[in-house]
Parts: sequence; C-alpha cells; structure tokens
Amino acid sequence: MAFELNGKVYETDEEGYLVNLADWDEDAAKYIAGVENVEMTENHWEVVNFLREYYNDYQIAPAVRVLTKEIGKKLGAEKGNSKYLYELFPYGPAKQACKIAGLPKPTGCV
Amino acid sequence: MAAAPFATPQLKGYPVIPLVQQGAMAHSKPFVASAPIQKALGFPEELVENWQDKAIAKMGELLGKYRSLRVYMDTCVHCGACSDKCHYFLGTGDPKNMPVARQDLMRKVYRRYFTFAGKYFPWLVGAVDLTKEVLDDWYSYYNQCSECRRCSVFCPYGIDTAEVTMAAREIMASVGQGQKYSNEIIGKVHRIGNNLGIPAKALENTLEGLEEDTKEATGVDVRFPLNVKGAEVLLVTPSADFFSEPHVESLIGYAKVFHAAGISWTLSSHASEAGNFGLFIGNYDQMRDISMRVREAALELGVKRIIVGECGHAWRVAYNFWNTLIGPFDFLDQRYPVPQHICECTYDLIQRGALTFDREANDGRIITFHDSCNVARASRMGGMPGGQFIIPRAIIKAVANHFHDMAPETIREQTFCCGGGGGLLTDDLMELRVKGALPRMEALKSVVDEHGVNFMATICAICKAQFSKVLPSYGFEMEMIGGVHQLVGTAIRLGSPK
Ligand code: SF4
Ligand code: SF4
Repeated sequence: MAFELNGKVYETDEEGYLVNLADWDEDAAKYIAGVENVEMTENHWEVVNFLREYYNDYQIAPAVRVLTKEIGKKLGAEKGNSKYLYELFPYGPAKQACKIAGLPKPTGCV
Repeated sequence: MAAAPFATPQLKGYPVIPLVQQGAMAHSKPFVASAPIQKALGFPEELVENWQDKAIAKMGELLGKYRSLRVYMDTCVHCGACSDKCHYFLGTGDPKNMPVARQDLMRKVYRRYFTFAGKYFPWLVGAVDLTKEVLDDWYSYYNQCSECRRCSVFCPYGIDTAEVTMAAREIMASVGQGQKYSNEIIGKVHRIGNNLGIPAKALENTLEGLEEDTKEATGVDVRFPLNVKGAEVLLVTPSADFFSEPHVESLIGYAKVFHAAGISWTLSSHASEAGNFGLFIGNYDQMRDISMRVREAALELGVKRIIVGECGHAWRVAYNFWNTLIGPFDFLDQRYPVPQHICECTYDLIQRGALTFDREANDGRIITFHDSCNVARASRMGGMPGGQFIIPRAIIKAVANHFHDMAPETIREQTFCCGGGGGLLTDDLMELRVKGALPRMEALKSVVDEHGVNFMATICAICKAQFSKVLPSYGFEMEMIGGVHQLVGTAIRLGSPK
C-alpha cells in the first residue's frame, strides 16, 4: 500500500502507518491527518514534533505520562492531560498521533 | 481509521438471546502476519503450497500430543448448553460464534481425516475436506474467540473451546497463516523484551519520570527501581503499565505498596513484559521462550521472589505453566508463593496490618469489579478455593468505602470477557470488540443505574485497554475503567514526607 504526493511515493502498511520513518515530511503528516479527519493546528504540531524528537532519542513513542508532562510544559498545565490529547487526537493520542508523526504503531495491550 | 461503519448494539435492561443472524460476522478477520513477522518466529512466510497436507499432519500431531483435544473432538453431544454462553454470539448473533459451532469448524475436518466413519462415509457424519473455504472460515471464526473459557463452565463434559481455538491457530500459523497482531508482538518480545517494544533506555526515562510525578503528588520519594541487583522482589508486569493510561496508575500503586511495606524490589529491562502471547497462538515453544526471560532476569538480579503485576493471561501462564516451562524455582524464597500475584502480596500485607489506608480518598468512586477470564477460570490465588475472586474484592473493600458487585451470572467463574482478550485487542477487529463487550456493558449498566457505579476495577492490562476503547461506544466515560492497585495507590498511607 502507498500514497503519492507531488510525485513522491509514501509506502504504508495495511493500517496506513508509514513503512519508512525517513519518508515522513509535513505533507505526509497533513495527508495522513486528512485521512484520519484530524485538522492540524499548532498544538497538533507540538505533539507530533515531540513524538518525533522522542522517537529519535529512544526508538519508541513516549509513554502517555511522558507525553502529557511535556505538553503541559509546552502548552500550559491545563493541557497536560490525556483528556486534552484525546481532544486533539480522538482515536487516541498513542496510535493516531504516532500515525500522523510517521512512527510505527504502538503494539501490545494499548 | 478506514474501517467499515457498524452499529453499536443497544443496551437492554435484561439479557436477551439474540436472533440468529447467519453470516453476520463472516467478514471479520484480522490482518494476516506478513512474511518478516512470520519468519521471525520460525513460521512459514506465507501459506505454503501443500498447506492442506501440512495442516492435517499438524492436526494429527496435536491430537497425539494433547489428549484433551481428541476428547473434545469426540465427546460433544450437541446438547446446546454452551450455545448462548459466548459474548461474541450474544453481541453479534452470528451462529458460528456459538461455542459448539466454533468447535464444529474443526470437528468436521477431524472426522474426515481421523475417524473411520468420516474417512469412508463423510456425508453421514458431517465430515468435510479441509478446503480453502474451510480454512478461511477457520481464520475468521478462530479469531473471534477470546479463549475466555466461559462456555466450558456450562458444558456438561467440560469441553474447552479455548483449547480448540488455540490448536486451530497453531495449525494455521504452522502453514503460514499467522495473525499479525499477536505474532508481531511476540517478535518484539524476542527482540526488545516487551510487547510494546520499549528499549531499556526509554524504560529508564519513563520510570524516572514516574518518580518525579509521584514525588510531586505525595511529597514522598517512592522509587521505581530498574535492574537493581540483590533486590528482594522482581516485579514482572505488562509493558502497558509503563506506557498507557489507566495502566500506569496501577504501577504507581505497586510501587507505593512496596515503599510502604519496606520491601526492596526491582523491575527488569530484560523481562519487561508479563504478558505472553505464546498462549494466545497455542504455541508452547513461543510461550517458553518468552517466559525464559523472566527466569534469566531473576537469576541475573539474584532476587528472592517473583511477583506478577495486573495482567490476566500472564497470571495464567505464570501460575499454570512457569514451573514446567522455566522451573525449577529452587533459588527463590519458598516461604512465599512462587510465583506470587501482586494482589496476593498486597492482601497478605493488609492481613498482617502492614499497610494503612485513608479509604475516604476513594470516596468519589463507586466501584464494581470485573473478573478477568484468565484469572477467574484458569488460575487461583491465595491457596484457597475462590481466592482469585475473594482477594481482589477484599483489597478494594480495604481501600474504599463503596463497592457493588455486578449480577452473579456475570462475575466470578461466570464472568464475561471484556471482548478484547486472547489476542483480539487489535484495531482491525474493532467491530468484534465493540459487539463482544455487550454482555459486560449490560451488567455494568445495571449497577450504574442502581447504585451509581462510576468505576470498574480490574486486574488485566487487556481489559483496561479494551474498556478504555469501547466504554465510549456505549455512552460511558473511558475514565470509568482502572486497576485495583490504582485504588490502592489512591488510599495508601506512605508515612511522612522526607
Ligand atoms: S472460549 Fe469464550 S470466546 Fe471462545 S467460544 Fe467459548 S465463550 Fe466464546
Ligand atoms: S455444552 Fe458441551 S456437549 Fe453441549 S454442545 Fe456445547 S460443547 Fe457440545
């Protein structure tokens, strides 16, 4: 499976996650967000960018606690909780935000 | 998610056996494991050319190895006692989700190749060839069984459909038709040490964060130690406890229990997973390899006790299989149960007066308890009959003031599965998961209406993840679900801040 934007081909798995991390760019993020019915605001980008940074350092998406704490620091304490993250990414911050950020899907009992 | 839309079932005030809807779930099947995923587990990369012969040979092997399987194939009298006991039948109405029909998918093939009558007069005994259509049916409906064993409680012969499902999955994986969700996860455990694929460095970072959070919330230095040699206890817990809400709240609860009781403990980055999906795919080699990490970590760290966190099937594997798969455990302190469940540990401390609680801290919660299938029907706790039902409830009552059980025919050994167990907790089976949760949601609604219940406690990572996802489909808040040790963690007294 794959999608194409401006002549560039992005390979995905059955569920729409990018196969190659390095393929990711902002256009791909916007495209995947569109498929997911998520409209990307500045706050969405904060989350997505942090996910990518963290993944870069740790080879895994941040745990929900790590993510909420960081978002609280960046966007204000009242936004540092899962409820707010679910507002941004209704299908669940772990899976939907990872997909938009071009990261592999978190697997397991989540 | 680009899944086909489906309607969430209506919650009714009383249980109704659904009208049969032939083929209602025939379209439901999980993604097949890709070549690399299969290869990593030593399975064929795709459906092999002579899959039919291979599958029948494998079936013969399993019938020889597990006498129970042959007995189950032979003894069913089609009395129908099990037919309305499966949550997937109750939620979908598909007659192939009746446990007896699920077994018959294998039974008719068994008869064709392994019984005299079926070999020579197949039409007389409903025996059929193992065709591609039959295999497709297997793949669909053996991935609509959460191996919860509820049906077996009602069968006069004790036939366990879960074991039939495990055998079917084992046969399918061995001819190249594995299930993506489970097999991908097992590969991650072999590679990285846990289902989520959290590497040691990330685990360390996550645990440090939890120490900060807990200090901030309580003023007390509660530790979350990792790879500490010479600790008394090795805690093995589902990796979702590190990663997800509400799971992490229970991890904080365990840490507080150890802190308050003065027990030195550690987690291990090598054995950073209690879950064992080898069970779900019916493969003992995988189950042993996954379990072995626990033995290795325990020896390496020199611990005296192994305690298992809140995970239903992990406890089944630990309680029933560890000794055979990775024993003997003669290097552990024999004065404690080997292995020990975290609930046994906490309960014991409560009995001895070693923990104290502010139960009022949980007063905002009106609590019920969801028994998880693998704890309820495939293990025990506390060395007493029914201990697995008594102990979690006793803990809840010790730490909170408001508790109400759900209807008796929906709890304890008759508990309904959450709808996501047995390797089905995957997005590609969302329709099945939502519909399969129906019986539990109906039982929950009764106690919500009658007693104002607003919190359902459980001791299983799969149940927690599944309910977080499906509660909103039924009009409930996702925060209603949480762990028993989340409640413990709320009420426990930690002593004065240092
Ligand atoms: S084991 Fe559970 S899910 Fe499987 S058929 Fe029996 S009741 Fe249904
Ligand atoms: S209850 Fe047992 S004997 Fe009766 S139909 Fe079900 S599996 Fe067969």
